Amino acid sequence: MKTNSNTMNIAGLARRRLIAGAAGAGTLAALGATRAFAGPVGSMGALGFAELPDGTLAEQTLFALPGKVPLIKKTFRPPNFETPIKYFRTAITPNDAFFVRYHLAGIPEVKAGEWSLTVGGDSAERPLKLTLPELRKEFAPAEITAVCQCSGSRRGLFEPHVPGVEWGVGAMGNAVWRGVRLKDVLAKAGIKAGAVEVVFDGADHAPLEKTPDFVKSLPVEIAQDPNTLVAFEMNGKPLPHWNGGPARLVVPGWTGTYWVKQLVRINIVSKPESNFWMSTAYRLPRGLFKTPTFKSQLYSPNEPITTMVANSLITSLENGEQIPHGKPIEVRGIAWDGGSGIARVEVSTDTGATWQQARLGKDLGRFSFREFALSAPTKEPGARVVMARATANSGDTQVERLIFNPAGYHHNVIQRLYIEIV
Amino acid sequence: MRTFVLVLGLAVAGAAAAQESKVQLVNAPGKDKAQQCIACHSVDYIQMNSKFMDKAGWTASVNKMIKVFGAPIPESDVEPIAAYLAQHYGKAPAK
Repeated sequence: MKTNSNTMNIAGLARRRLIAGAAGAGTLAALGATRAFAGPVGSMGALGFAELPDGTLAEQTLFALPGKVPLIKKTFRPPNFETPIKYFRTAITPNDAFFVRYHLAGIPEVKAGEWSLTVGGDSAERPLKLTLPELRKEFAPAEITAVCQCSGSRRGLFEPHVPGVEWGVGAMGNAVWRGVRLKDVLAKAGIKAGAVEVVFDGADHAPLEKTPDFVKSLPVEIAQDPNTLVAFEMNGKPLPHWNGGPARLVVPGWTGTYWVKQLVRINIVSKPESNFWMSTAYRLPRGLFKTPTFKSQLYSPNEPITTMVANSLITSLENGEQIPHGKPIEVRGIAWDGGSGIARVEVSTDTGATWQQARLGKDLGRFSFREFALSAPTKEPGARVVMARATANSGDTQVERLIFNPAGYHHNVIQRLYIEIV
Repeated sequence: MRTFVLVLGLAVAGAAAAQESKVQLVNAPGKDKAQQCIACHSVDYIQMNSKFMDKAGWTASVNKMIKVFGAPIPESDVEPIAAYLAQHYGKAPAK
């Protein structure tokens, strides 16, 4: 990053904040952590957001899991790896750069030839078991482009910080998922009257028997939505191990927690699933967000997280970047929401005083990232604050101030990039 | 689900396991007790969640590991582990 020590302006302040963050990281590094890079890896301050905790910045490094490019390592075991910003400069996220998120450290590599899916539960008429060839042969193929975003993406940007995986902006990705419709599989098993939820279990498990297994449920209507898939391909390739191969659930619009990986068991049930991961984790204070409710799970003062909120990410600029006057500020990025599709993205280059509508890229469907671009001319030198605000077809839009919640979900605060026109 | 053999998964995780061993907790009294955490997760989880929790926050985290996730940590170790985490990975006490 270039410096211009004589300029006392907001860009300078932002830069000093960054330097302060790096100094904090250095202190922790002296306590024993090893750091392979001079600048902090995956800094969110560098993208115009609130910074991650000092300890996160000091600890995270770039590391390549087998089959993956170097991703931002949050934790090794269970593996939690974030996608760096550069892979969001296209609407589709490459498989080898797609984020990795596991709750439990026992992650078997399930071979496609040995995989099977068992469907049962007290509300299934005809329990059944399917191999991958059977799944491919007996059901019509289905494909959808959809964003998979961890509920806690951007948790690390919360002020005050909250415990959990301290994600930056990259616990998300957009891919073309191909498989079969879950509703077709459920129809083959037969859904009895009185079914309320469909429960999903993956092959992953905890090292300890006593740890609650990661099991999630969906309302029966969402399980029967034609867009909900059992997917075995991602961007035209077999689903990678780290993203849930041989087969995973794809629940377009809903946060990643429901997209159960290494899916091996489906139960159609007449009672709400009440394990820890449904009854305690992944919950929000009831009514805090305008997202859909999960009716069968409203048995406590809070409610499960459901769909994503409207959001955007500027991918073309870095905080503190210097642009020669006369050259335009090229603002490019991606926008998404919980499945209504992006109506518009507005960009401001004057701290939000005025907004201009950005040009939207190709429409890849209402569950996909939507690219946007705006070229803002510059005349005189000085500091600028660049912001982008996505609005969905549902009317949902990004917020000026964080809607705090203790688990750190739904961060969609408008990004503020400090740019210097020189 | 535990019906699958772990062997392949461990092979895949080999390189990451080698890296994980480089992640170390601060050498100080209490570290031995805090090392019990590695039964289920790498200790980068601890550094990642620093330094913003006070001793009450770390105590709640340790208790969650025992009560929710079934960590076989003796009740008598909760205080020393939380004290160690608060001292080395906790936020500075309010002045």
